[in-house]
Amino acid sequence: MRLVLELILPILLIVCALAVTFSKRLLVSVVIYTSFSLIMSVIWVLLESPDLAITEAAVGAGVSGLLLIYTLKKIHALKGTSDE
Amino acid sequence: MSKMARIRKEKKTPWQKFCAWVNGDAAEQMLLPAQPPKESKKKAAKAKREKTTSNHRKDMGLGQFDHIYRICAVLIGIAIVSVLMAVVLKLPLFGSPDNPSVNEVVERYVEKGLEETGAVNMVAGMILDYRAFDTFGESSVLFLAVTCVTMLLMRDRNNTDKKEDMLTAQEHVIEGYEEDIILTKISRLIIPCALVYGIYVVLNGHLSPGGGFSGGTIMGSALILFAVSYGMIRMSRFFTYATFRKVTSSALMVYAASKAYSFFTGANHLESHIPLGTPGAILSSGLILVLDICVGIVVACTMYGFYALFTKGEL
Amino acid sequence: MEHLLINHYETAAVILFGIGFLNLLLQNNLVKKVIGFGVMDSAVYLFLASQGYIEGRMAPILVGEVAHAADYINPIPAGLVLTGIVVSVSVTAFSLALIQRLYQKYQTVNFDEIVQLARQKGDE
Repeated sequence: MRLVLELILPILLIVCALAVTFSKRLLVSVVIYTSFSLIMSVIWVLLESPDLAITEAAVGAGVSGLLLIYTLKKIHALKGTSDE
Repeated sequence: MSKMARIRKEKKTPWQKFCAWVNGDAAEQMLLPAQPPKESKKKAAKAKREKTTSNHRKDMGLGQFDHIYRICAVLIGIAIVSVLMAVVLKLPLFGSPDNPSVNEVVERYVEKGLEETGAVNMVAGMILDYRAFDTFGESSVLFLAVTCVTMLLMRDRNNTDKKEDMLTAQEHVIEGYEEDIILTKISRLIIPCALVYGIYVVLNGHLSPGGGFSGGTIMGSALILFAVSYGMIRMSRFFTYATFRKVTSSALMVYAASKAYSFFTGANHLESHIPLGTPGAILSSGLILVLDICVGIVVACTMYGFYALFTKGEL
Repeated sequence: MEHLLINHYETAAVILFGIGFLNLLLQNNLVKKVIGFGVMDSAVYLFLASQGYIEGRMAPILVGEVAHAADYINPIPAGLVLTGIVVSVSVTAFSLALIQRLYQKYQTVNFDEIVQLARQKGDE
């Protein structure tokens, strides 16, 4: 079980990074980037570093995703809102 | 309608449909069926600009340069990746105990750490005692980052002109502010839990995983959630720019003073008068608890400050 | 090849570094450049932390009275990465603030267009 996870999670990371690169919409790439951080925090748990897992979950998946989305709002890149 | 049919015809394979769905094009088509594409003024201007840009590029021979640049970039990327792969081939095996990075420093940290720092969580003991100077620099980096963001995004008369003021005022009118009932009810439940959990993580930093950084970020997220659901006006009743400045700089000062004390005593071979306490108790491990609280406060204020500056441009 | 498979975290870190690096060089959109920078950051952290991991040992939270170095993983990479994560979020915030200012001035986040507009302004 653990071995399977250890092999699947890095592959998922690479898939997420590629999806961020090739997605056309900025909002999609931001959302995929936050899920990238979430996968990272699971990997920290597997690597026996719980401190890093907590910090990455709070910082990567929480605050930096929030900042990115507010930047998208400021640069009018969110579709379906009053910005467009 | 004809546009929709055409799009349906174009996107036949499941993969293309999936791509469209991921990109959100499919849902839009369903929501807004027969809307002709309006060429707004802004878009027209943008298209015009793109046209001139591309013409300009051709004139200056930038198109060819762009081509060469792209090829070179890919080649450099492949070269770096292959060099690093060759390095990975020479690395010791993953998880092996005789990795050269596990040397006498690690042995010293783990075996003497408990009696020298009093911290059960070795990572906290390391970053706040053995390498506290590093962490102090890092808290200063955070403070510096929030200062730079303030310089760039703070709305005052040096930073904006009349046109921008009008634009932002228009945006505020369009969006308005209305309390979302689901958001307020749920956040009333979540915010106390998140705050208490953040404080717990900060105070237990020397005993369990966590510490100043993670706990501070959790507290900062709770503050951000409060500001999102109840609006900035209520937030400004207990957290203003003055509070931010006072709290952050006094936390950094306390950090610097307490670390200066231990550096002074350590360098002059004096006895430190701070008791280490019994390992495992909350009030133990000397200065680490104080430093953790300081770092937590700085990080929480910084995270909230980033949010406030990014949304409204004021703290 | 087998070596790469055993060191799979390091291999993944190298590939992620390459993806982030190419993002940084080839993307025209500044927000995507910032995200690519974040991916590069994460790759470096993954590499460091996987070097500190030792099979079958515990996280460095001491248990019991006497601590043996042979029971715990290496705490140094964890400490380094912890500092790095928080610095990377402040770098992200700073570059996003710069992007917002650029958008206010040029009404676009496309790097080529910004260079072009800046050059036109310089000519006038």
